[in-house]
Amino acid sequence: MKVLVPVKRVIDYNVKVRVKADGSGVDLANVKMSMNPFDEIAVEEAIRLKEAGKADEVIAVSIGVKQSQETLRTALAMGADRAILVVAADDVHTDIEPLAVAKILAKIVEDEQPGLVLCGKQAIDNDLGATGQMLSALLGWSQAMYANKVDVEGDHAVVTREVDGGLQTIKVKMPTIISTDLRLNEPRYASLPNIMKAKKKPLDEKTAADLGVDVTPRLEIVKTGEPAARAAGEIVGSVDELVAKLKEKGII
Amino acid sequence: MAVLLIAEITDGALAMDATAKTVAAAQALGEVTVLAAGASAKDAAAEAATIEGVSKVLLAEDDLYGHRLAEPVSALIASLAGDYSHIVAPATTDAKNILPRVAALLDVMVLTDVTAVVDADTFERPIYAGNAIQTVKSKDAKKVITFRTSTFDAAPTGGSAAVEDIATGENPALSEWVEDKVAASDRPELTSAGIVVSGGRGVGSQDDFALIEKLADKLGAAVGASRAAVDSGFAPNDWQVGQTGKVVAPDLYVAVGISGAIQHLAGMKDSKVIVAINKDEEAPIFQVADYGLVADLFQAVPELTEKL
Ligand SMILES: Cc1cc2nc3c(=O)[nH]c(=O)nc-3n(C[C@H](O)[C@H](O)[C@H](O)COP(=O)(O)OP(=O)(O)OC[C@H]3O[C@@H](n4cnc5c(N)ncnc54)[C@H](O)[C@@H]3O)c2cc1C
Ligand SMILES: Nc1ncnc2c1ncn2[C@@H]1O[C@H](COP(=O)(O)O)[C@@H](O)[C@H]1O
Repeated sequence: MKVLVPVKRVIDYNVKVRVKADGSGVDLANVKMSMNPFDEIAVEEAIRLKEAGKADEVIAVSIGVKQSQETLRTALAMGADRAILVVAADDVHTDIEPLAVAKILAKIVEDEQPGLVLCGKQAIDNDLGATGQMLSALLGWSQAMYANKVDVEGDHAVVTREVDGGLQTIKVKMPTIISTDLRLNEPRYASLPNIMKAKKKPLDEKTAADLGVDVTPRLEIVKTGEPAARAAGEIVGSVDELVAKLKEKGII
Repeated sequence: MAVLLIAEITDGALAMDATAKTVAAAQALGEVTVLAAGASAKDAAAEAATIEGVSKVLLAEDDLYGHRLAEPVSALIASLAGDYSHIVAPATTDAKNILPRVAALLDVMVLTDVTAVVDADTFERPIYAGNAIQTVKSKDAKKVITFRTSTFDAAPTGGSAAVEDIATGENPALSEWVEDKVAASDRPELTSAGIVVSGGRGVGSQDDFALIEKLADKLGAAVGASRAAVDSGFAPNDWQVGQTGKVVAPDLYVAVGISGAIQHLAGMKDSKVIVAINKDEEAPIFQVADYGLVADLFQAVPELTEKL
């Protein structure tokens, strides 16, 4: 079984985001970029499936600007076997919408015929959380989002999902799409020798146009603004003072 | 314009707060029809019919919808979509699982976690863990939206909409429910509670999390946690507050032993009053706290619990 892992290049989660003064977006020029953290978890899970003999090949895919190559090299260094870059934008500020990403991934699924697509539950830049479900709809496959535990057992997978009330376990038919939640695993770091090896692993490059997918956005970004700021508060000296303040304000 | 609103129903019970807040959010978009789907959903449908602003309730009762599996529920919603300009739901894990699938079936984009309606095509939503607010205008003929309920007030009850049985759809037979692990609790539900007390890594262990729970019980509050506390096994996953957990905006949020990482702030910084207890005066949580107490939580929390 092949496992396809879509990995997105996003602003590093430690970087302080700056909204551009003209309201046109978030400043991404010269900012540290990394693999979306949920996608690292997906790569890790795919590699573990391969190590357990349940998968033969792990293919990482990224869609966006050319620089997404770096993200794919990270996936290769972690242990993915090969990578596919789909160039769909020139400007690092262009975000390809989940619907278009899902359409591109559907084409790649057609070519590669994986038994499983493992993606992240949410990209930490647009916070949309839509791609996996959309791809599943386009392919007519089953879906198991927000996975906390995955067992692939032949023609089906048993997946425990993190949901509002706690945990839900479902059994889905293969091929399927699983999205990762935080507790699924702890991704490994790539070792230096593996980083070197990754440079020689195959990285195929295509464009959205090659795949015949129109990536024109459906959502027009009217403006990007700062959130409302909170006024500075005060430091209280003791528990008694805290209780007094809360009572005074009528909060308790 | 007409809105199809997917009610949040779990094991036959309507999540009244989430559904009523979504009705309030959706009213500006057109006449609201509620879809009540479930294995048993009659009572939930009747309850949804009392929310003011609901003009009709569609009842789809079938075992197929008992566990909100994405494939059958989204097929049902897509089959009804023809009559509506907007398909909306509260941003719960169920709806976030289902609505993007519906959107792709209809070949439209989805708008998740919407916090404000500008007009029928234009919406605000937070991006980058709430570090920026984006205003987006949809060019799609139909809009598929999940609303972040913490930013809307619930529509009142007092209405009496008609409930209509509808035909149910086919079973795509792609997935099966196996088990739910849900801890029963007498505490208020996290996302609708008036007070939330959350603990972080600083609490140190699952046993010591009892300190947080005692304070919460004294205040009649829900209990939350940071990711670090959940990852460390101090608290269950459904208590996680933040960018990738639950978003809360109670009247009072008490953060104990939580540093205040941006991903945590994303889930609580719209709370009306924030109290932080942390032994590190440099902790970023103090930058959003209305009242900060620099103290060892093992002393301060029992003392606070006693003095309330
Ligand atoms: C993709 C992604 C998603 C994430 N999503 C979320 C999310 O949804 N929610 C979330 O919370 N985090 C999330 N995080 C994690 C986030 O970045 C932080 O790591 C996390 O919030 C830290 O939790 P904490 O504040 O409990 O722990 P720490 O940062 O370790 O802070 C512990 C605090 O406790 C204090 N402390 C220790 N002992 C005591 C004591 N005895 N008395 C008083 N104070 C004490 C310390 O001074 C410190 O400030 C996410 C991260 C990533 C990468
Ligand atoms: N441009 C992209 N390239 C590769 N994978 C993507 C891209 N956008 C989204 N994904 C995948 O879809 C998941 C959810 O993203 P989103 O729907 O944008 O929140 C991510 O965690 C990735 O696994």
